[in-house]
Amino acid sequence: MTTTEQTDRQSTTDQDDVLAAENLTKSFGSVMALRDATIRLPRGKVTALIGDNGAGKSTLVRCLSGVHRADGGTVRLDGRPVDFHSPTQARDAGIETVHQNLALVDDLAVWQNLFLGRERTKGFGPVQLLDRRGMREEAKTMVSALAINVPNVTSRVRRLSGGQRQAVSIARAAGWGSKIVIMDEPTAALGVQETARVEELIQGLREKGMTILLISHNFDQVLRLADGVWVMRAGRTVGHRSTADTTGEELVGLVTGAIAS
Amino acid sequence: MTVTVEQRPTTSERLSSAPWPELAAPVALVALVLVFGALDSTFLTTGNIDAILQASAILVVLAVGQTFVVATAGIDLSVASTMTLGAVVLGQVYAAGSGIVTAIVAGVVAATLVGLVNGLLVAKGGITDFIVTLGTLSAASGLGLILADGKPEPVLSSFMLRLSADGIGMFTWSVLIAAVVAVVAHVVLFHSRLGVHVLAVGGSTEAARATGVKTVRVKIAVYLISGSLAGLAAVLLVARVGAAEPASNTSFLLNSVAAVVLGGVSLFGGRATIVGPVIGALLLASLVNGLTLLGVSQFYQPLAVGIVVVAAAFLTRFQK
Repeated sequence: MTTTEQTDRQSTTDQDDVLAAENLTKSFGSVMALRDATIRLPRGKVTALIGDNGAGKSTLVRCLSGVHRADGGTVRLDGRPVDFHSPTQARDAGIETVHQNLALVDDLAVWQNLFLGRERTKGFGPVQLLDRRGMREEAKTMVSALAINVPNVTSRVRRLSGGQRQAVSIARAAGWGSKIVIMDEPTAALGVQETARVEELIQGLREKGMTILLISHNFDQVLRLADGVWVMRAGRTVGHRSTADTTGEELVGLVTGAIAS
Repeated sequence: MTVTVEQRPTTSERLSSAPWPELAAPVALVALVLVFGALDSTFLTTGNIDAILQASAILVVLAVGQTFVVATAGIDLSVASTMTLGAVVLGQVYAAGSGIVTAIVAGVVAATLVGLVNGLLVAKGGITDFIVTLGTLSAASGLGLILADGKPEPVLSSFMLRLSADGIGMFTWSVLIAAVVAVVAHVVLFHSRLGVHVLAVGGSTEAARATGVKTVRVKIAVYLISGSLAGLAAVLLVARVGAAEPASNTSFLLNSVAAVVLGGVSLFGGRATIVGPVIGALLLASLVNGLTLLGVSQFYQPLAVGIVVVAAAFLTRFQK
């Protein structure tokens, strides 16, 4: 893995970043949630974001996915400055987020969830009927392309396990020609085996060239999956490491502040 | 990782996962028809089946509208009053000398407006559906009383008479209209974007919003559907009665909810069919018809309906 150029935070500016957020600030009333947050997502890599609770990870992610607007700083997508007012705008620009609450509708089938809000229709003029067969076939392709272990695309999501649901969410985020998939604690609620499957899925996406931002509390997972890792503390990004050149201990030190960046 | 995209489920899998709440109404309907058919030889004559269908047409139309609202985890308590208001407006416009078509359009528009008010208050105003529609229940029936001055208005029109008397074969136009409403509603619920969005909003409003579904519009749409179908039901009601009465029609409200529950539609939203509530409405009409044929006092009929509805709800609960 040629990640030497990532070890130095300063030198990363001239590499091929899909997304680069610089010096973001965000306040909620008198609370400074983000003081100076910077993050860059190199193309086709898995980038991790770690930090203690309340360090500002979620706020930073919400600024990138259009839920919040940053008060200051710049976000560039493929080199062009962007300013999202809504999650829909971010999604249209190619930034998909897999939320912690998964955003799946239990009583709808897997294929209906994969196409929710983007249903395909056919017909003439104002009479547009759903292309149910087409969507089911496409959903099968999406699911098998990612080697997801889902019983059947026609089964209701209610009948799936936690890992299968996570897989459906990830498939939905990855399946729409998106540039970046942001995953917020994708394995937080999963058992050991299911975590391993979701990790395989993330690795599979990386091999397909997807750019991924992974928020995780699990440092072992970060070291296993990510190419680079950004550390946040008290609303600032306090450091960036290449996972090839760091250890779990160093990451803990950076998160707690025992090691100055 | 192994790719296990299974083929279609086997028959035993299908049986074990059979939606029992959705099967309750058809099974009960068949049982009821067999019992009444055995007890009274006139029950299964074409004349009597005709009468049952005729009696259930209005309820089918109302129940279909109610189904859309309940599918979004809402409830429309105003359906019967809205129908009454629609009927009164129809009668008043006709009495004022307009043609019957103008009167029908006016009645349907009035009912649709009540639906619009419901939808705006629930979706934009953020007021609980129960309270909003309880308010419009009272307001619509009050408006009906004011407009009609408390008196029924006879609607003597050959067109309206033909609606409930003529038809194709044994089916009157009223029955055929109800059937068309049911078929169109089925297509909308399962084969249109609106239908999927209705079920998504009912299943999880949060998830629907997060995936870009316009949840406010969907909620307004279901109350509009319910209101306009109440207007159509008003037309069928006036055709059947031959007059526009400012009556409260409470049993239509209760039976519309009962038909929806009997049809296996979840009151928590997200799970719905059209076939279920239609069969639920047929079941209620058959029950009342059969009891009447057997000479049971009509005072027992609401009691019987109540028992059947609670039994159906119990079955649904048992399944969970």
